[in-house]
Order: sequence, then C-alpha cells, then structure tokens
Amino acid sequence: MHRDLNHTNQYIAGLALCALGNICSAEMARDLAPEVERLLQFRDPNIRKKAALCSIRIIKKVPDLAENFVNPAAALLKEKHHGVLLTGVQLCTDLCKVSKEALEHLRKKCTDGLVRVLKDVVNSSYAPEYDVSGIADPFLHIRLLKLLCVLGQGDADSSDTMNDILAQVATKTESKKNAGNAILYECVATIMSIEDNGGLRVLAVNILGKFLSSRDNNIRYVALNMLMKAIALDSQAVQRHRTTLLECVKDSDASIRKRALDLVYLLVNESNVKSLTKELIDYLEVCDSEFKGDLTAKICSVVEKFSPEKIWYIDQMLKILSAAGNHVKEGVWHALIVVITNASNLHGYTVRSLYRAVQTAGEQETLVRVAVWCIGEYGEMLVNNAGMLAGENPITVTESEAVDVVETAIRCHSDLPTRSMCLIALLKLSSHFSSCSQRINNIILHYKRSLVLELQQRAIEFNSIIEKHHNIRSALVERMPALDEATYSSRRAGSVPAAVSTSEGAPLNPPNGVSKHTSSALVDLLDLTSDDITAPSSSGGDFLQDLLGVDQSPALSHPGTNQTQKSSNDVLLDLLSIGTPPAQSGSSTNNMSSPNQDNKNSLDMLDTLTSPPALSAQASSLVGSSMIDLLDGFGASSSVPVAEKNGLTLPSIVAFESSSLRVTFNFLKQPENPETALIEAQFFNKSPNIYSDFTFQAAVPKFLQLHLDPASSDTLSASGNGSITQKLRVKNSQHGKKSLVMRIRISYKMNDKDILEEGQIKNFPPDL
Amino acid sequence: MILSRGPKLCNFVEWRGYKVVYKRYASLYFCMCIDQDDNELEVLEIIHHFVEILDRYFGSVCELDLIFNFHKAYYILDEILIAGELQESSKKTVARLIAAQDSLVEQAKEQASTISNMIAQATK
Repeated sequence: MHRDLNHTNQYIAGLALCALGNICSAEMARDLAPEVERLLQFRDPNIRKKAALCSIRIIKKVPDLAENFVNPAAALLKEKHHGVLLTGVQLCTDLCKVSKEALEHLRKKCTDGLVRVLKDVVNSSYAPEYDVSGIADPFLHIRLLKLLCVLGQGDADSSDTMNDILAQVATKTESKKNAGNAILYECVATIMSIEDNGGLRVLAVNILGKFLSSRDNNIRYVALNMLMKAIALDSQAVQRHRTTLLECVKDSDASIRKRALDLVYLLVNESNVKSLTKELIDYLEVCDSEFKGDLTAKICSVVEKFSPEKIWYIDQMLKILSAAGNHVKEGVWHALIVVITNASNLHGYTVRSLYRAVQTAGEQETLVRVAVWCIGEYGEMLVNNAGMLAGENPITVTESEAVDVVETAIRCHSDLPTRSMCLIALLKLSSHFSSCSQRINNIILHYKRSLVLELQQRAIEFNSIIEKHHNIRSALVERMPALDEATYSSRRAGSVPAAVSTSEGAPLNPPNGVSKHTSSALVDLLDLTSDDITAPSSSGGDFLQDLLGVDQSPALSHPGTNQTQKSSNDVLLDLLSIGTPPAQSGSSTNNMSSPNQDNKNSLDMLDTLTSPPALSAQASSLVGSSMIDLLDGFGASSSVPVAEKNGLTLPSIVAFESSSLRVTFNFLKQPENPETALIEAQFFNKSPNIYSDFTFQAAVPKFLQLHLDPASSDTLSASGNGSITQKLRVKNSQHGKKSLVMRIRISYKMNDKDILEEGQIKNFPPDL
Repeated sequence: MILSRGPKLCNFVEWRGYKVVYKRYASLYFCMCIDQDDNELEVLEIIHHFVEILDRYFGSVCELDLIFNFHKAYYILDEILIAGELQESSKKTVARLIAAQDSLVEQAKEQASTISNMIAQATK
C-alpha cells in the first residue's frame, strides 16, 4: 500500500487511495496518514481529490488526526477544478463534524470564500461538462450548502454572511427538475439550521408548502421530513398546512402516510384536538390493517393527552374501540377503565353507550371486554336508565338482554381473557339481577366442565358462591371504588403499560383473593398462594435476577413507589422462571400480585389470571400463569393430573442442609416424559423451635422450567417431628446435555424473627 | 421490500434506521442506503449520474453489459464514489480517467502475453 501510494504512475496511486478510502481500518489510517497528506498537494487533480476523500475516511476512523488535515483542507477550498473542490468541501464538512477547532478555524477563515464560490457557481453560465438538467453542477451546490449549514449553525455572524446567497439560491433555482428540487431542499435545510432570520424562514416554509402540494411523491415525502424539523422552530407556520397534512395521511403511499401521521401527531394541541381526532377516527375506519395499528396508537395517545373533558374522552375511545379494537394496546383500555370508574356521573351513560356499541361492533375483542366489565359493574344502571344525561336517547334494556350480551360474548369469543371477564361479570349480575340468577347459574354450570383450566376453576368457584354463599355474595360483588388515576399514570409512565393499582377496601371478588378478612371458603383455598406472594424480599429481586443471570432491562429503575412491590413480583417471576427473557424485561413495571392487603388490583388480577402462559410479552401474563401453576395443586376437581404413580424413581438427595434445616428431594420421572422430573421436596426442622410462615423459593437457569406446587403447610414443627412437603416439576430442555442446578431460598419465622437461608443445589442425579 | 412497491410511490424507504433510495431503470433497481440526515433528492441525482456514465462507457448500457462486465462497473463506481462520498461531478472527466486506466490494463495485458510467449519459447 505504501509503495503504491508513492508510485509515480498516478493511476496506481489513485487505485491505492481508492482502496484505502473504502476499506481502511484505524491502524492503517494512522500509518498511512502522512502519505495521504502529502498527496493532498500533489500536482494531479485526480490524486488530490482521491486523497481528500481518503482523508475523510481517515479522520472518521481516527479523529485525532483531524488537526493535520485542517490546513490542507482549507487550501483545497480555493481550487478551481470542480472535482477537487467538491471533495475538498466534503472534507471540510466532515472535519467540522469531527473536530471543534477545525470548525472554528474554517468558520473564521473560509466562510467568505465559500460564499463567493457558491455565488460563482450559482451565477455561472452553461457548462456542458457539469450540467445536469439545466443546472450547473448541482452536486457542488448541494455540498457547498451543506458546509455552509455546518459552519453557520450556532454562529450568528457567519449566518449573516450567508443570508444573501441563500436567499438568491432559494428564489432563483428552478424547481421543475429533480436537481433543482434537491438544491432547494438542501437550501431549506440550511436555512432551518442556521441562526434565525425571519425573512429567510418564511421563504423556507413557503418553499415547503409548495413542495407539499406538488404531485411528485418524492417531493412530498421530503417536504414532510423537513416540516418535522420546522415544527420545532415555528409551529404556527406549519399549522397553516394542516389540511394538506391531513390529506397526506390518507395518501396511498405508505411512507408518506407514516410521515404525515407523525407530523399530525406533533401538531396536535388543545385547540385543534377535536377536529383532528374526528378526521383521524374517520380515516381509521377505512384504512388498511398494517396502518391501523400505528394510527390507533397515535389517536389513543392524542386523545389521552389532550382530552378536554371526560365524556368526550369516553366517546372517542368508544369509537376507536369499535373501529379498531383489536389493535388497541392493553394499557390503553386499562386506562379507559380507570377513567370510567372515576367519572361516577357518567357511569350510566357509559354503560348504555357500550351496550349500543357492542350490538354493532361485537367482534372487536377489546370493546367486548370493556363492555362486559362495565355491564357487570353498572348493570342495574343499564336496566334502570339511571344517571341519564341531558339529551341522551333512552333505551330500554331488560335484565335478560343484558345477560344476553354477556352470554353471546362468552360463546363467540374464544380468547381467555374475554371469557374469564364474562364469567366474573355474570357473577356480578347474578347478584344484581335476581330474576336472572337461575339462568346465569346455568350458564356458569356449563363451564364447570370446560377444558380450559381457568374457566373451569372460575365456574366452579362462582357456582359455589351462587349456590352456597348467598350471604357474602353481595359483599363480594360490591362495586369497585374509583381506581386511583394518579398512581396509575405514574406507573404507566414507566415502561410497559402497568396494571391499575387500587387502594380499595372491600375486595371485589377476585378469585385469587389476597384478602385475609373475608372468610369465604374461596379465600382459604388460596391462602397458600398469598403466602408465597407475600414473601418479603426487598433486595430479593435483584439478587434472584443475578441468580438467573437474567439481564433485566434498564426499565427496572422505576419510580420509588414501585420498589417493594416490584421486587417481590420479580422474585416470584424469576423464581418460577416461566416465560421468555423478553417478557422478563417487561416484568419490571408489573405489580400484579400486590402483596399488601390494602392494595389489590382486581381488574388486572382478573386479567393476569386469564392470560395463558404463551401469551404476550407482558409480565402480567407471566404472573398470571405462575399463579395458575401455583393453583395447580388444588385446582378444580378433575383438572390437574397429579404425578403418576408409575414412573422412574431416582435416588433422593439431600439437597440442602444447614444447622437448622434439612431439605431432601425425592425424584420421580415419567417414562414417557424424560425431560420432566417430578420432585418432592421435604423440609425438616432440626432446631427445637417451631418455624412459621415457612416459604420455599427456587430459581433455575434458563434452560430449565420450574413449576412449584403449594406446600403442604407453612409451619414446620420442631426437631424433625413433622415435615413440610412441596412438589416441584422441572422440565429440562437440555435433557441429557446439562443436568439440573437450582438455587433455593427458604424463609421462615423463628421466635418472631425472620430468617432467610439460601443455597445452591448441584448434586442432582445426572440423568434428570 | 422495494420490489413490492408500486410504480407511483415515492422512491424512499426507511429501513433499520437508515433510508434506502432506489431508482428503477427498466428491469433494474439501483439502491443506495444513506443516513437519516443526507439529502435524498441528491442521492437520486447521484444514481442518475452513475447510470449516465455507465451508459456513456458501455454505449447504451443494458443489463447484460453489467452482468458480463461487472468488474468494470465496480471500477467506474470507484471512480465516482469513495468512502461513500461523491468524487467527481463531471462525466467527461470520469470517462477520461476510465479510458486512461483501461489503456493501462491493455498495456499490462500485452506485456504479460509477450512475457509468457518468451517463457513458452524458452522452455520449449
């Protein structure tokens, strides 16, 4: 390379420079930089221009060398030869980007010269060699403009010197051909970035306006791009073009639509939000499906941010849900429900509108979910026409019609969250609408035999409430108090849309009631789960994440309010290591299984329970599934197949032993399922004290899946007189290649002191 | 991604944080990938510039020319762009340079053939 660079034959040297310029690395650059510098002053212009471009690459790779190139570069700017000038200009542009001193130097010395050069080029007469569609050397134009842009940014003096020439270029360049438009575009970009000059800015925005109305798609695209930058500077001017923008949103070209939508989103403010939203929603109904997702998301955020009053917000959201409910994200309709509960005067209105909407647009999942929830909550308002707003059309809905709606929903929609919500709504309605109670009971009975665990479980529980526990039924289905919007929005301001947190008193019939103060049979069943969940571990979260080597996303750094809740959730999630790593990064915000007694979020508990493990990357589903597995052990009658009696037994091991505790694992393997091992863990208390609130947690690496059944009890009596057993199921996806390892954590209370023990189990039999 | 676009749509596509500018000439698509802050219209011009030079060199270039002489096409591309930046905006100069380098190649080939003749004769 060195030899070639010094070759007398200019073509060979040129080739060398070419190669260097395209592919050199940092070390090569350092070695050969002096050669290239020398060649910058070579007599042959071809070499010079190649050397200039080569230097660009060198300074990009090794920014320290930039100072050496400043002077030769400045010299290049005085060239006559267009090629060299072009490359010289490019070199200077890059120099300025890389090094501040170069920028200063060039600014002081060269701005005038550059302006003069540009003037020459602009005014030059026809030159066949450089002519492109009538304009002499547009490339040079554009590069010069770019350099001027960089030089003028942030510096008022140089900007002043440039004003004239910019105005001249802007007005004189023909815009019928692409070359002319390219120059104009660059000119507008330059004007936007240099220091403020009112007249020029107006000129620029006018040019953009012209571009917007041109028929050529490229031009429009480019104009939209530039307008986004212009908004930051002068949004008034851009508002004038609002109608054209709305047209662009409906354009047939996907790139243009995307850009226009972004722009419109930026343009929205309180005054124009209503009309803009109306337009956008109208378009939502007709646009094609790939675009719908984007559009929906944008409309939803616009509506949320700028809605002037609740009733308008609810109306718009209903329209969106009817038009494109399937594209609406979880967080959005959760927020809607939060707002609804807070707008107590609008409850009647809302439920009636939802009822009407579901009649017409019943196939939108999200709409159905919201409707079903509201009917459940506010059923009697629907039937009694309570809380009518002025000017509202009265509708008569009988109780059975309301139940009809829920019934069709549960029949026609096959996804789990909707059906589960329907079941709960039916329970609530059975308490409100005593006339339909029998009918509702029949519907629920039907689901007692459902093959889906979730539905079956709920059906059985609700059925037993309806039939046996009349006395507490009404307490269970009391209306939910207004969900706290402030905490909700602060949580949501985190990463993934979080659940709604409530600060309520009476539990609203969550099947996984974490409440300890209702004495229904249901809750007793579920006590065990609440034990597991309430295992406090303030620092546990991070610790266990390390265990698993899971890289938690930075979204973990959350508002402080979420800390304790979040960490206990993460503990649970990580322990059960159910779900995929991406889902875990979303786990941070979710507070689903809120441990505190006062803090239940029924709605989302409902949701989480329902989502099957395979569902979205939302951690809510993770916890939901983990809950389901926790409940596995005592789920409804015939559901869970308990470990088979016949299977391979492997020698049991003492998994963990400390001075106060012993843990043994007994293994059972089903022959048809070699990857899964059923482990029965037994805990023995070696000390003379009784342990209470005993919890066992385990974490496994990613290639394993762990399911934990609830423990047999949570009190371990002293000196090995009794034991607690707990069943685990481990599935090894690398069966045969890697054996099991597990980290465990045991916490219990001894003499009212909280004790924590941790350990790692490595002595698993190898064929697990 | 580009092949699926209709004829009247604009020539810019966004991809992985970059922009792809493409221009269609009969059955050939020329694509260039640029950063977010480069001027797209100018890139269209560059593509056109390149195609015109190819045209001038090969004389009414068609797809077959490019297939059989792709090394020459790359050669020309090297003369026009280095490190992604435009090198020469004059078509005549580029044409001249390519012609000169072509003659170099011819010379070298002749030399090589005479040497190999000599060797062949010497070892006969």
